[in-house]
Amino acid sequence: MNLLNITMPDRADVLSGNNAGQMPAEQTHVAVDNFSVFYRANQAVRDVTFNIPAGYVTAIIGPSGCGKSTILRAINRMNDLVPGCYAKGKLLFDGQNVYDPDVDVVMLRRRVGMVFQKPNPFPKSIFDNVAYGPKLHSRVGQNKLAEIVEHSLVDAALWDEVKDRLDDNALSLSGGQQQRLCIARVLAVDPEILLMDEPTSALDPRATLRIENLIADLRGKYTIIIVTHNMQQAARVSDFTAFMYEGVLIEFGLTREIFTKPKNKQTDDYITGRFG
Amino acid sequence: MNIQLQKEIEKLKKQILALSAKVENDVCLAVRAADNQDAAIARNVVNREKETNVMEVNVEEECLKILALYQPVASDLRYIVAVLKINQDLERIGDLAVHIAERALFLCSQPRITIPFRLEQMANKTQQSLKKVLDAFVNFDEAAAREVCAADHEIDDMNQEIFQQVKEIIMQNPRQFEALLQIMHISRHLERIADHATNIAEDLIYLIEGRIVRHAAEIFQTKGPPEQNS
Repeated sequence: MNLLNITMPDRADVLSGNNAGQMPAEQTHVAVDNFSVFYRANQAVRDVTFNIPAGYVTAIIGPSGCGKSTILRAINRMNDLVPGCYAKGKLLFDGQNVYDPDVDVVMLRRRVGMVFQKPNPFPKSIFDNVAYGPKLHSRVGQNKLAEIVEHSLVDAALWDEVKDRLDDNALSLSGGQQQRLCIARVLAVDPEILLMDEPTSALDPRATLRIENLIADLRGKYTIIIVTHNMQQAARVSDFTAFMYEGVLIEFGLTREIFTKPKNKQTDDYITGRFG
Repeated sequence: MNIQLQKEIEKLKKQILALSAKVENDVCLAVRAADNQDAAIARNVVNREKETNVMEVNVEEECLKILALYQPVASDLRYIVAVLKINQDLERIGDLAVHIAERALFLCSQPRITIPFRLEQMANKTQQSLKKVLDAFVNFDEAAAREVCAADHEIDDMNQEIFQQVKEIIMQNPRQFEALLQIMHISRHLERIADHATNIAEDLIYLIEGRIVRHAAEIFQTKGPPEQNS
């Protein structure tokens, strides 16, 4: 599946081009354009501009309070739930500003799924967890529903582990399995973008590895945007990296460039651990 | 700040600088031994080869340890990678110093011959390049590194010149064949040392700028072509 009907170039091809890092406009999935977010008087994101390419994994890194999660949550307007939070500027998803008044937020969140820091399965069966979204968004028959559940669990690399116990309570799964279940739950509503807010911070190294492998498998099918405090994880899983500091975008570029020869000294200082 | 990583890098820096100093000294002694036909100095250089090898292995192990334990990135990563490569070049320079010392030992067993070539000039030039690049490494001096790259052609040309001269003299005076052959080898070893100094300079430019300039003509752009020998 390629939602944007864009032929996915090989990672190496993209990353080795002379114009690497400058994606053509038609491959931009999310355009952040002079975008600011305020929590009442406090400006958390300051006139940030960058383009998130379709089908690739983009990591947003930076110290606590730099605004990275705020930007992530703005993409599917999760910040609407925070009292006193408002945005300025544009945040274009497929060319439409997600903050336009006529945007259907429920539909937006179907197209832009989110995975959180801690796995949050519903206290229901494994099957019902994955089937919840499709049932909510459209009328589907039981057979089709079973097909969606299986497909989503396969894509989330969980099917083999749960196929014989789909009726078990989701809370009986391990932390890593619960997180993959949450990813399956998001995939079940056929999103275009996956937002991941520190998706492995509550997991052990083995479960973390499985999620990272899963991100690699999903790359190309979805645009993935991941916020992580783990610098090595950003380096391992992402194609592009944005470094933010105090609400400002300091540098955006190819991950392999950012982690070997960043253009900005602040980026170098941060990723080498000299500050932050 | 990752204090432990910075401590490890400082420790590594001391190790690689110690190896640099030793290798530079070995080249200096080897050239002196050949120049003065001094067997004692030559033997000293040959006997110290093991020490260089041990130092090289220690530096490599330290780099691997840092890569495995700290996963350095950006400027730290470039430093470790540059040290790994410079370490190899230094070890090879140490080997070449030993080769020169061995040639010197052979020359000591022969009647003293007058060397009518620019070998001394070439030896000086090579040692200057080596000293300059190692100083540049200490001071992160990119401009000096570029000068070393640019000077390499000059030393290559000297080597070619000496090769031609030796060939002609051997044809005129075959009795000195063995000794003259040693001169030719010494010239070749000096030229190789200059090549390794250039490699170090290129690694240094990568370390400072993050750009791989190996094989790129652009390294001469800011300084112009190497000066012609008058």
